Amino acid sequence: MSIMEGTGVSISFGGLKAVSDVKFNVEEGEILGLIGPNGAGKSTFFNLLSGALTMDSGTVYFCGKKISGLKPNQICHLGLGRTFQAAKNFPGMVVYQNVMMGALFGKKGRSAAEAAKITDEVLDFVGLTELKDKNVTDIPLSAQKQLEVARALATRPKLLLLDEVMAGLNPTEVEDAMKLITRIRDSGITVIMIEHVMRAIMTICDRIIVLHHGAKIAEGTPDEISTSRTVIEIYLGES
Amino acid sequence: MTTVLNIIITGLIMGGIYALISMGLSLQYGVAKILNVSHGEFIMIAAMLTWVFVNRGIHPLLALVLCCPLTFIIGFLLHITIFRWLNINSGTAAAYESNAMLLCFGLYFIFSNIAMQIWGSNPVGYQFLNRSVAFAGTVTAINKIVVLIIAVAVSILFYLFLTYSRLGKSIRAASQDPVAAGMLGMNIKMIMAICFGIGAMLAGIAGTLISMYSQVDTGMGMGYTMIALIVVVLGGMGSIPGSMIGGLILGFVGSIFGYIEPSLSMVAYYLIILVLLLVKPKGLMGR
Amino acid sequence: MSKTNDRGGARIKQQIIPIVIVAVLFGLSFLTRTGSALRPSYYVVLFVSILNYIVLAVSWNIFSGPSGYISLSTAAFFGLGIYVSALLGEKLPVPLLMIVAGVISFAIAAIIGVITLRLRGVYFTIFTFGLVLLLQYFILWYEVKFNNLRGRTVMAVPYNTVFICLLILAGIVLIAAYYVKRSRFGMALTGIGECEDAAAHIGVNTTMVKVIAFAATSFAIGASGAAKATTMIYIDPPIAFNVMMSFMPVLMVIFGGAGSFLGPIIGAIVFTLLQEQLTTKWPKWYMIIFGVVMIISIVFLPKGLVGSFGEMVGKRKKLLLIAATAVFMVVGFIFTKLLAAAGTNIGGLVFPLLFGIIGFVIFANVLKRGKEAA
Repeated sequence: MSIMEGTGVSISFGGLKAVSDVKFNVEEGEILGLIGPNGAGKSTFFNLLSGALTMDSGTVYFCGKKISGLKPNQICHLGLGRTFQAAKNFPGMVVYQNVMMGALFGKKGRSAAEAAKITDEVLDFVGLTELKDKNVTDIPLSAQKQLEVARALATRPKLLLLDEVMAGLNPTEVEDAMKLITRIRDSGITVIMIEHVMRAIMTICDRIIVLHHGAKIAEGTPDEISTSRTVIEIYLGES
Repeated sequence: MTTVLNIIITGLIMGGIYALISMGLSLQYGVAKILNVSHGEFIMIAAMLTWVFVNRGIHPLLALVLCCPLTFIIGFLLHITIFRWLNINSGTAAAYESNAMLLCFGLYFIFSNIAMQIWGSNPVGYQFLNRSVAFAGTVTAINKIVVLIIAVAVSILFYLFLTYSRLGKSIRAASQDPVAAGMLGMNIKMIMAICFGIGAMLAGIAGTLISMYSQVDTGMGMGYTMIALIVVVLGGMGSIPGSMIGGLILGFVGSIFGYIEPSLSMVAYYLIILVLLLVKPKGLMGR
Repeated sequence: MSKTNDRGGARIKQQIIPIVIVAVLFGLSFLTRTGSALRPSYYVVLFVSILNYIVLAVSWNIFSGPSGYISLSTAAFFGLGIYVSALLGEKLPVPLLMIVAGVISFAIAAIIGVITLRLRGVYFTIFTFGLVLLLQYFILWYEVKFNNLRGRTVMAVPYNTVFICLLILAGIVLIAAYYVKRSRFGMALTGIGECEDAAAHIGVNTTMVKVIAFAATSFAIGASGAAKATTMIYIDPPIAFNVMMSFMPVLMVIFGGAGSFLGPIIGAIVFTLLQEQLTTKWPKWYMIIFGVVMIISIVFLPKGLVGSFGEMVGKRKKLLLIAATAVFMVVGFIFTKLLAAAGTNIGGLVFPLLFGIIGFVIFANVLKRGKEAA
């Protein structure tokens, strides 16, 4: 069963098509990879799904509800969580409070006690419990990435958009992040992830969509993608 | 017909002055990230100084030349002192931006009130080329035409300076990506201070020009600051061509309202901006 | 387990501070006995000013403090309140005037907020500032054109009545400020100020939160204007929409410490005292001193009095800072006496306050540097 479907998703900035006519669907419980060269429109695509940007045309359905045109907070309340490529956190709050914010506002009518319980669970789940009283500016990059994920998880999403959560991590940390994403999926949350670390993408994704110049040029399993001529040409041609 | 022509001529002159003022403000915000709400005070200081110079027997055009380095130095010194201290003490770029703006309000209180202590608050003026030329039924004072020519010339020179000179290119680079420009060996702090100085100088030129055709007083600054802010919002923050176009638009609106209901022109400006921001939140030429 | 203890402690504290606020304000209400209805005592007159500024500063800080949206619209809503009293002062008692002014301010702020709160940073600030000038010019034009008058007289109300009304309003605003800061709504505002994108994507309805906070605080500002107007006798648009009323709260909050509870109150008290004494004894210098103190606070006290004090590590440094400030204030006091002996009479508090500020700024910065060196 598909949890999200979109057709004709497009946006342009000053005449330049950043995302053009993308048709896609996301199956419940899968990890969907989104790859493509720099400037392919991957983050813009995420911004359209999460409501940070409004699409020029196209429609997106999430759990049977039309979400194109809704505001980020409404989309979040429907069960879509996201992280940002450049970590966006609340610098004046400690790690615990950052995650607590997600738990408090992620669903309407959640009590403070419930939110506190969720926060503890999520911190434990991503492995940030030890750092929970630290200032977000004082924790290492890998922990900041984990915090992004934790805050999104605290909203208790059905679908999670991960925007380059492995960028800048060392091989061990990438390994941990891969395990974390698999565990997120195993807990019942569908994941769409943008990533440049090919090893991670090819290992944990069930399916992959390739964007190039804003358009979808390929879609398939990791094996299909890694042997696709068009994809190889684009990656070799760009580098 | 005559009225229309009159409105066009007045609009051009007001627009030229507005463009000049706004380019300075836009440069200060675009590069140095300071929204200088004391901008109008530099206009006022130059206008009052010109009046003082002319009373001492100095020709207004020579006063214009004298006021340029004076206002530049005031702006430059302010930037390398308090704004740099502020930058050191501000945690984030956003905090610096809003604190710098508030600091400029402080400068506004200081400048306008010191000027009032020195020169009082009555309007003053002097005679300069006070003859008129008739053209197609309209009568325009020569001094206004001279002012328009100088304003246009300074605007064009400034644009050429930004586009072709070495320093101008550095300024544009710094406004687009200060970090990268810094890595390329540019002295960003110096460039920012120079930009703030140039912005003050453009305001100074406008001040001297205004004094050539109308009376000036120590309370004139805030009105011009508001106009410059509106033009910059209209044209897009940090966009020099936007300032020129926005300045002209506002000049014409002001000129039209001058005929209908002068006391409502500020209200009209504000409403234009309100509507524009509803439609295009980043201004006409904003990125 | 220590956490539960903390929470219990916090819960007791949550009850205590509002009770303290009510007790202090109730105590102040006895000041009315120091004068009669016709001849109010100096303290009542002074406290009308102080309470008015406390309402403005604390209201400003509820919205702009955490959200980072610097509003300069205070004078606009304050002026609207003044005009409500000027127009309806003969028909309605002060509390009703305050409510009417509050409702009108709330409605206008909500409309303006919906339009302009989409703008970030300095754009919003300029807009709110423009609003003050817009109302000033528009009302002046309207009055001259249609009513053929420039200003109006305001029905005078005994100072004691205004004092009690403002006392109650200040109490409401202070208690609201205290609870908002600890509420989910307050956390949403803080989230908006620290990272609006992140807040929106974890489900905060950012537009709604901003507009409600902006409009609700404007209610209090408008109500305060209506009450204060009854002590002004004559008003016209430049007096009612005086841009200084937009800047005073900002300065008071920055000086006292944005985001803290006590900061805006301290700022309001210090600057009302300075303003009262300077405008009567030294009017020429008032605005210049205002500008200088504003710049010094912004550059050298970015966290305000309360924030800088909190930055001092250890009791010794805190005591040292208090002692240094006290010494400077005493020097200021002696200086005033010397000047008086020489024949120049300046309000008794001007120099102690100014010297105190200077002392605090110097020592706060020196002691902070010391921490960094160590």
